[in-house]
Amino acid sequence: MTQKAGFLTYFALILLALIFIAPVLWIFISSVKGPIDLYSWPPKFLPDSLSFENFTAAFSKGNFGLYFINSAIVAVSATILTLLINTMAGYALSKFRFKGDTLILFLFLSTLMIPIEVIMTPIFTVISKLGLYNNLLGLIIPPAATPMGVFLIRQYLLTVPDDLLEAARMDGAGEWRIFWTIIVPIAKPVIAVLTIFSFMWRWDDFIWPLIVISDPSKYTIQLALANFIGEFRVDWGSLLAMSVVTMIPILIVFLIFQKQFVKGMATSGMKD
Amino acid sequence: MVVEKSRALPMTAKKTNTESMKKAQRKKRIAPYLFVLPNLLIFLIFIIIPALMGLVYSFTSYNGVSDMKFTGLDNYIRLFNNAEFWKIMLNTLIYAALVVPLVFAISLGIAMLMIKEMKARGLFRAIIFWPTMISFIIVGLSWKWIFGDSFGVITYLLEAGGLPPIKWLSDPVIAKITIVIATVWARVGFFMVIFIAGLQSIPASYYEAAQIDGANRRQLFWKITLPLLKPTSLLVFMLLIVESVKAYPLIYSLTGGGPAKETTLIVQYIFEFGFTKSEVGYASAMSVILFLLIGIFTLIQFKWAEGGKID
Repeated sequence: MTQKAGFLTYFALILLALIFIAPVLWIFISSVKGPIDLYSWPPKFLPDSLSFENFTAAFSKGNFGLYFINSAIVAVSATILTLLINTMAGYALSKFRFKGDTLILFLFLSTLMIPIEVIMTPIFTVISKLGLYNNLLGLIIPPAATPMGVFLIRQYLLTVPDDLLEAARMDGAGEWRIFWTIIVPIAKPVIAVLTIFSFMWRWDDFIWPLIVISDPSKYTIQLALANFIGEFRVDWGSLLAMSVVTMIPILIVFLIFQKQFVKGMATSGMKD
Repeated sequence: MVVEKSRALPMTAKKTNTESMKKAQRKKRIAPYLFVLPNLLIFLIFIIIPALMGLVYSFTSYNGVSDMKFTGLDNYIRLFNNAEFWKIMLNTLIYAALVVPLVFAISLGIAMLMIKEMKARGLFRAIIFWPTMISFIIVGLSWKWIFGDSFGVITYLLEAGGLPPIKWLSDPVIAKITIVIATVWARVGFFMVIFIAGLQSIPASYYEAAQIDGANRRQLFWKITLPLLKPTSLLVFMLLIVESVKAYPLIYSLTGGGPAKETTLIVQYIFEFGFTKSEVGYASAMSVILFLLIGIFTLIQFKWAEGGKID
């Protein structure tokens, strides 16, 4: 039904867009206010002068640089690991028939039904037994095996013709080589989508850091923010500045991949 | 290496071929297990085994340190008699009962506007979608800054408009609404995209045929859009229910679960017992109940899906 948008539709959409963008705008504006403007009453909708005091304070006093680096290490490494093992598993579950394949697929999908939030305490036991407590590896390895990623890749690879793989086998190509030279190039579009998702999931994640990390020198940004907001006297200036800086990597990724991303979401995207 | 060697052996071409084919066949049999192994191992170790451990813990007095004692159904009986637990469950259900239909209706509504032919569609979609990429912690924090009782811009706007102030974060009833508003803002864009995909898969000819038969807009929506959108709706319902039952980070940074546990939902409560109070057994019993709840919802969904299949 490709109806043309009338005046009312535009009006509604502009109103909605304003409502949706206003909170983020307000955070951005507030973050560049000096300490006096920040708490002035009535609130100033535009600051008299730009001040980056909040940003410098967050980095110098608040150790924000360290949290940022921790988050970056986790998000980048976990994403690389996710891409590798999810693509491998998605390939196995789409292009092979083997004993137990349906069981394994069912197992993967059932983990969508067991939110980790529900089993935080036993996960904590496993994490500490394996020496992953207060270890960034505990934020990289366990969350990397995303069921959504496996599912996404699997659905995509189902459309790859078997003949292509059989021909390569006839030519004597090993399975590992087939994976790297045929499957990975074919899966590029869906791998791109998963890259963005995975980065966002890990960058925004709060639950895994909450379980795995208690040492402040290992905090990720989200964990640090959550701790600062729980303090009795909240330092809003630094907090808003940190939030803005935290949103920027995702904003950049989003703006670059907007088209691809929305398309990927449309097929079967998820938030972890 | 092995392949190279066998190829170099002086055999008839045909024999070489069948032998290497056999080898390839064998490799093909083992390969999928190796490909699936890393992912499977991580799942088993960090999800499946903990889930089973949690079930075992729920029948013990385990406190995270000492040996666990089997206590049968004690944890469950204690839970059953814990009024606070039921209050938390009620909070969770109220939250879900508001979030699920609101997000569903609003994201479907916006999706229906978005599929029309228009200018700047990409920009509109991007703006509505953008909040879904912001972490729940920052969403909560942002709305706390906006809704702050004494410093929030909303408080000022109400004041300027001559309206009485609203205690967004400290009134027990209103705080429940505040967390719903923040959740709706944060999640609508995500489900909008799913609905857009669903709506676009409905063939235009259905609408055209119905219009020729004289159907009005309302009839088109109820008789064509909604029934044909059922698979999408089901997925959205399912995801929304799981999401709202496990909600925690957004609320943690927005209200901290207060005032007086009025906005504390079940996951926060489990965390409080499992970690802060080290009552692992007791917390695990709550987890089992929560998991059963999710299971029941899922079953209802599937029954519903079967009940109204369109063929």
